[in-house]
Amino acid sequence: MSLKVKNVNYVYSEGTAYEMTALKDVNLEIPDGQFVGLIGHTGSGKSTLVQHLNGLIRATSGKIYYNGKDIYGESFSMKELRSKVGLVFQYPEHQLFETDVLTDVCFGPKNLGFTKEEAEKKAKEALRMVGMGEEYDASSPFELSGGQKRRVAIAGVLAMEPEVLILDEPTAGLDPRGRDEILDQISLLQKERGITVVLVSHSMEDVARYVERIIVMNHGEVRFDGAPREVFRHYRELEEIGLAAPQTTYLMQELKERGADVDTEATTVEEAADAIAAWLRKTC
Amino acid sequence: MLRDITLGQYYPAKSVIHQLDPRVKLVTTMIFIISLFVAKGAAGYVIATVFLAAVIRMSKVPFRFMTKGLKAIMMLLLVTVAFNLFLIDGDVVLWRFGFLRITDKGVRTAIFMAVRLIYLILGSSVMTLTTTPNDLTDGLEKLLGPLKVLRVPVHEISMIMSIALRFIPILLEETDKIMKAQIARGADFESGNLIQKAKAMVPLLVPLFISAFRRANDLAMAMEARCYRGGEGRTKMKPLHYESRDRMAYAVVWGYLAVMIVAGRLLAGYFPFS
Repeated sequence: MSLKVKNVNYVYSEGTAYEMTALKDVNLEIPDGQFVGLIGHTGSGKSTLVQHLNGLIRATSGKIYYNGKDIYGESFSMKELRSKVGLVFQYPEHQLFETDVLTDVCFGPKNLGFTKEEAEKKAKEALRMVGMGEEYDASSPFELSGGQKRRVAIAGVLAMEPEVLILDEPTAGLDPRGRDEILDQISLLQKERGITVVLVSHSMEDVARYVERIIVMNHGEVRFDGAPREVFRHYRELEEIGLAAPQTTYLMQELKERGADVDTEATTVEEAADAIAAWLRKTC
Repeated sequence: MLRDITLGQYYPAKSVIHQLDPRVKLVTTMIFIISLFVAKGAAGYVIATVFLAAVIRMSKVPFRFMTKGLKAIMMLLLVTVAFNLFLIDGDVVLWRFGFLRITDKGVRTAIFMAVRLIYLILGSSVMTLTTTPNDLTDGLEKLLGPLKVLRVPVHEISMIMSIALRFIPILLEETDKIMKAQIARGADFESGNLIQKAKAMVPLLVPLFISAFRRANDLAMAMEARCYRGGEGRTKMKPLHYESRDRMAYAVVWGYLAVMIVAGRLLAGYFPFS
């Protein structure tokens, strides 16, 4: 059970004056249950790549395998793929259209052929999962706050019970609190349900706290792929491509330069605090 | 998918035609269209062909982009040709079947009509391919300027046009995005009968309208925040200026029209067509 991307290339508007290579020979394998962060600057091809993963965009060349099956194969059902690989777009609240929250979340499961009752059950489950209480079920999605709308939209994809959940910049335009709430919930969901989560972002800070693997994209190519601490080791190169390592990496590097023997690979604030405490205990 | 048309007609290239003032191109296109109608006989069409070919060559736009516009009028073209071919009376009947007949005059008129239509489309394609929509509306505003005396809201019309043009690619992109988002939620826009298809559009149209209103609202706010209050007293960041190449282009174009008229009259005797 995994997603495998093999030698995928994608060219926008091929054969016109606006031709642009969005993906260049991308190779990836995402095993089941992994929490992956996909990071890149605007225009690095990260959104294009995730749209390949559930078949919304067809690669110009190369193959994509879901659970070992070629998704471009003749017998492969794209509809089934889309129910297994859930994709939450950027600003997903812009896709809400129903008169009340519950009906909107039911849209996905209904399209998959579930009855009204089953769909409602799944929708309610999904809404509770993203922290939307029962009191909102009957309200219009357009009357909710920005953060609430986004949760409803994410629930709309969750209600389809995907095995892989891809979120394209789920925190864009949210305040720090809304951002933390959503990311915490996604992280909880990933642990409880054991689903695979791909988190697309341009913020290292967001991602470092949650994911177990980071894939860095630049100009349509995969530049780094590994555990956060391995990737942050290349913080100088990351800066060159317009990204930055988390602030803690810089702090630890500077401490080291000034002679403190700390673990420079601490990526989160908690880890950094522990590392500094350990060093202090050693020296004092 | 939709991205292919989002950028409109404009084909970016560095050519003399691209650099011309949009007013020159608008006037030239008009004159070219008029010239097609004053053209008399084969001689006129030969001159028009030479002129058009030269302009296309200078524009550095690949020819296949010009012919894209022709697909849209294919049906009209076929119907026009068929009507002229089968229904015009002439001296020499080449073929007859019931009330349908092909005559020498019919063939000639059909050919000329087809050429005229094709050139019309090619000529205007050169303009839209070499001029950005914004330049076009700027040019139009300047050209229609004298109508202000008649209280025609020229500035407002051109502002509406440029906003509309600007929003076409944005809304297309938005449509593409919402469509993909709903497909990801299992929506099906393709199968089913007409009623089912219309119903399937609801998840697309509702968000699209909401987003269009939101954008309109934002834009109005942004315009007001910059003190926009209509065209009166408003200056341009890049005012249109005639350069020497523009004056030269005018000379060439008017010369072309004169040659067309004169040649039509003079040579009509030698090529007694249409």
